[in-house]
Amino acid sequence: MSEEKIGVYVCHCGHNIAGTVNVEEVSEWAGHLPNVAVAKNYKFMCSSLGQEMVEEDIKQEGLTRVVVAACSPHMHEPTFRGACQRAGLNPYLFEMANIREHASWVHQDDKEAATEKAKAIISGAVRRAEELEPLEPFRAPINETTLVVGGGIAGINAALEIANSGHKVILVEREPSIGGHMAQFDKTFPTLDCAACILTPKMFDVGNNPNIELLTYSEVEQVDGFVGNFTVRIRKRARMIDTGLCTGCGDCWERCPAKVIDFVYESGLGYRTAVYRPFPQAVPKYPVIDTESCIYYKNGRCKACEKFCPTGAIKFDQQDEVVVANVGNIVLATGYDLFDARRIPAYGYGRLANVFTSMEFERMTNASGPTNGKVLLRDGVTQPESVAIIHCVGSRDKNTNIYCSATCCMAALKFAHLVKEKTHAQVYNFYIDMRTAFKDYELFYNRLLEEGTHFIRGRAAEVTDAARQPGEEGKLIVQAEDTLIGKQRRVPVDMVILMVAMEPRADASEVAHRFGIGCSDAGFFTERHPKLDPVATMNEGIFIAGTCQGPKDIPASVAQGEATAARVLSLIGKGEVQVEPVRARIDEDRCSGCRICNNLCPYGAIDFIAEKGVSRVNPAQCKGCGTCVAACPSQVITGQHYTYDSIMAQIEGLLYDQRTPDEHVRVLEMEPA
Amino acid sequence: MTENGTYVYYPGCSLQSTGRAYDTSTKRVAQHLNLTLNEIEDWNCCGATEYFSVNALPAYSLVARNLALAAETGGAPEVVAPCSACYLNLRKTNDYMHKFKKLGAQVNQALAAGGLHYEGGSLRVRHLLDIIVQDVGYDAIGAQVTRPLQGLRVAPYYGCLIVRPDTGYNTEYPTHLDALMTTLGATVVDFPMKTHCCGGHMTQISEEVAYELIRRILKNAADYGADAIVTLCPMCQLNLDAYQGQVNRTFNTDFNIPVMFFTQLMGLAFGLSTDELGFGSEMVPAMPALSRIGRELPEERERPKRRDKQALPMPTPRGSGRSES
Amino acid sequence: MVHTSPKPGLYEQIMAETPGGEALVTCLQCGTCGGSCPSGADMDSTPRRLFAMLMADMDDAVLESNTPWYCVSCYYCTVRCPQAIPITDLMYTLKQSAIAAGKFHKDAHANFSDSFIGYVEQFGRSFEFGLATRFQLTHHPLRTVRKSGLGFDMVRRGRLHTAPDRIRNMPQLTAILNEAKRIAAQPVPAGGVT
Repeated sequence: MSEEKIGVYVCHCGHNIAGTVNVEEVSEWAGHLPNVAVAKNYKFMCSSLGQEMVEEDIKQEGLTRVVVAACSPHMHEPTFRGACQRAGLNPYLFEMANIREHASWVHQDDKEAATEKAKAIISGAVRRAEELEPLEPFRAPINETTLVVGGGIAGINAALEIANSGHKVILVEREPSIGGHMAQFDKTFPTLDCAACILTPKMFDVGNNPNIELLTYSEVEQVDGFVGNFTVRIRKRARMIDTGLCTGCGDCWERCPAKVIDFVYESGLGYRTAVYRPFPQAVPKYPVIDTESCIYYKNGRCKACEKFCPTGAIKFDQQDEVVVANVGNIVLATGYDLFDARRIPAYGYGRLANVFTSMEFERMTNASGPTNGKVLLRDGVTQPESVAIIHCVGSRDKNTNIYCSATCCMAALKFAHLVKEKTHAQVYNFYIDMRTAFKDYELFYNRLLEEGTHFIRGRAAEVTDAARQPGEEGKLIVQAEDTLIGKQRRVPVDMVILMVAMEPRADASEVAHRFGIGCSDAGFFTERHPKLDPVATMNEGIFIAGTCQGPKDIPASVAQGEATAARVLSLIGKGEVQVEPVRARIDEDRCSGCRICNNLCPYGAIDFIAEKGVSRVNPAQCKGCGTCVAACPSQVITGQHYTYDSIMAQIEGLLYDQRTPDEHVRVLEMEPA
Repeated sequence: MTENGTYVYYPGCSLQSTGRAYDTSTKRVAQHLNLTLNEIEDWNCCGATEYFSVNALPAYSLVARNLALAAETGGAPEVVAPCSACYLNLRKTNDYMHKFKKLGAQVNQALAAGGLHYEGGSLRVRHLLDIIVQDVGYDAIGAQVTRPLQGLRVAPYYGCLIVRPDTGYNTEYPTHLDALMTTLGATVVDFPMKTHCCGGHMTQISEEVAYELIRRILKNAADYGADAIVTLCPMCQLNLDAYQGQVNRTFNTDFNIPVMFFTQLMGLAFGLSTDELGFGSEMVPAMPALSRIGRELPEERERPKRRDKQALPMPTPRGSGRSES
Repeated sequence: MVHTSPKPGLYEQIMAETPGGEALVTCLQCGTCGGSCPSGADMDSTPRRLFAMLMADMDDAVLESNTPWYCVSCYYCTVRCPQAIPITDLMYTLKQSAIAAGKFHKDAHANFSDSFIGYVEQFGRSFEFGLATRFQLTHHPLRTVRKSGLGFDMVRRGRLHTAPDRIRNMPQLTAILNEAKRIAAQPVPAGGVT
């Protein structure tokens, strides 16, 4: 039996814990556990008074271990480690027992059971605390270069803020130009200022900032390392253009005979050529050749672009390039995809020609779009006399996405205004709830009401071309319940606009895995704390901004982009990082050199030292996942801070009322199946 | 496909009376395709919608007796129902007994009074059309076509219960019956009302409501120039066919669209005779439409109409982007 | 979270008696059901409004409503409902409750259902000819003459039998149905049918 002096502190967390768990009983009970010298309960342990109580007891009572039974360690483990450190106790001798998320919150209907469970959790923590060892965090210098992934409005702002402070940024963008979805818009709500007018100066700044290395048509393939010291592998896809020679004159795309639907920038509503620059203000100005639609790559003939290029910049045999870079921090601003409206067949998208998505309509109203800004039906000629705008397409729907996409109500109001302005058509908005939160948005809603837009409170049930009554022939009929009247209505219109949801990028979970961060149920990247740490992730040094974290509008995306810059700059300012010493360690004297662990390690952190015939963990690359610890046939790999003994002790503690003191927990060796 | 193409067959009450032609043509076509349909011994009514409206537990128990007997029938773990209402009730009872354990236990308590037991979910309940298109398959059917239905313009009418709720097919705009008709050589017209309601039992409750529902479907089929409506449910066939005259009188319309079972058209395309397939019992005679088979159709009006240079591209799934040079 | 109310009223009862019915608490009142319903125009309240009334404890008004009786079981509402509420099944439960309370709407076809069930319980099969005549004679005697033309045409084409079929093992079916009715008559246990 160890000779530790353990202090146990049971937190009430206001009513959060004390409302369900009998905290007085629990702390009284904990006082009788072996080696527990002090057991107290207090209303808010995280308050300065609570922390001072711990510090005082360490000094006065000579505590050698501290257990705080409160909330999740995600929240306050750093708080109490700090308190221990201030009182001279190694912070890794502190243990947190979570009796809020694991007991009081989940057993609100059974106070007695919650109290008993809290005891077991504390008993486990106390036993584990006895086995803890003092550890020192690693210190590592911070590489001052930052990687920003995604060149939409969030990524652009993050990159500019960091670069303007004098630090290097590598900005990686998948498409041939930066600009993101915002570059596709015509007007922005609620002020209706022109998207290009406010975006292109920023894009220009990115292109000309000496601190920003811009890699477009590129993707990050691999990420290794840890905060301050990441190594990334970036694939620069071959543009088939020598950017050293290209002047962006446009002779190539003007002569290109291959015309294909542009699914990205024109959202399927317009065409582009095989060699193309997505839009006139593109940054960089250089085109790319889309080899899937280029005639030369199909049959070896054509080469019109090459013939007409005045500088000889077309390079049909250009190869992808791989760039390896060392960066200290990473900002992910990878954006969103649009919901595929075909998934709600009742709205007829893809079948009924004059049903459009919101992005198709954005392109239509854009002066540089396929109709030069005219609002027209699919025939490209006829102006609509009546337009229905359907909200919540793929949002707030358990059959597709349960969340609210946050921006569509305002975008729908913007569209309604633009339709009125350009065509004088009657506009009908079908909505469930009108959501116009944030500054000046409600004013815009008022403006639309004054303009005479029709608002029908009811989710559109279907869009059909099956005429039922006179007046419906040749029209699209939107059928819905007008819930404010309580009656079914059929509204014949010429055009329907579907306000489609924002969805996580199709490859979001793959990307999250590559960067070692998590995704929510909906598939958006998970922030470290939803309120108090919204741009950090559980992987230190990796930050998220904009719609990859969840649906949001331009102001919110910009704010997040800039927030990530502040976080990155504060880390760079510190000059070095402290890394959790939760790492695997191999007892080289006992290592048999079997090398089983070498290939199992997902981070490639284990090297084989040939001359000694043993394996060794590189602590800089190890993430402390424990895979090698479990796999080692000789059991000579230890997970620091999660040793075999500490885990067994914790289990024995948890089972304190299920066994006699002589019974020990042991691992059952399972026969291989 | 079950082993040897054998299924347990549940015809349901309608196929013994108003939908007799469906039963006749189903059996004839199954024979032609070497499918074996083992009819459940002494099956009873599925309860339609009526029983579920009055007392749910006896209704589930009524259906479950059929499932229990089906499990005893042997030959295959799959039950096939040609009637959409029977299909729904069998499938729903089967699923609910599995998913909602308390309900399953109560139904089995009731079954025990008759010396029966059924394990919810142990059989698979399928609609006849599903078996035809999934198990037999378009290719095998196409290979049997000796007399293509060329020149016949059909409106494929699915009705409600073969696609809703939750059958795996598109709940609003399915296309498997369309594809089957195309395989038989028929011309399929666009038919937006293809999964709307035929009125169901409303013909007995409120003529005003029912006739309007029937009118909408007939109007849509007529608007799109269909020679015939093809169905897969005896209730749909009955409502659209038998009440067509009443609808015409009520709304001053002159619809004259025969309503046929898909099995009848399959049989015709396979070269079987109209007598073998139960033709002649329909109220709106099918013969005038069938006489069109073999004619040359005028060139199809394209929908959406042919676009000129100014037209914007229609939505296309990404990746299937057509090159337009 | 479980919906709590001072006393279990019709709202709670309807949810408990419908498999999956507890989803009703999440109704957004969006009107997708009312907008989708093919007979929505003939209902005195749309399904959405009926659910609002149910939540407002307007039990009598709900039970007297014609809404569930105009449900054609097309399941459009169920598959389109953004909250995945089994609306069609809730309509069945509402009909049962209206019958049990003896408060159903005058248009209700509870008697038609009763006739139908009567045949099923007597013969094990439905009997369309008898059903149509019996129901029409009781409720719309003037229409019967008009409809009888159709009936005769159907008989002539062999599509209506003038005598019902009967299954062989009627005692077995009767025993099953009687037992089911006995169980159903017991009060709904906590947690409902699921």
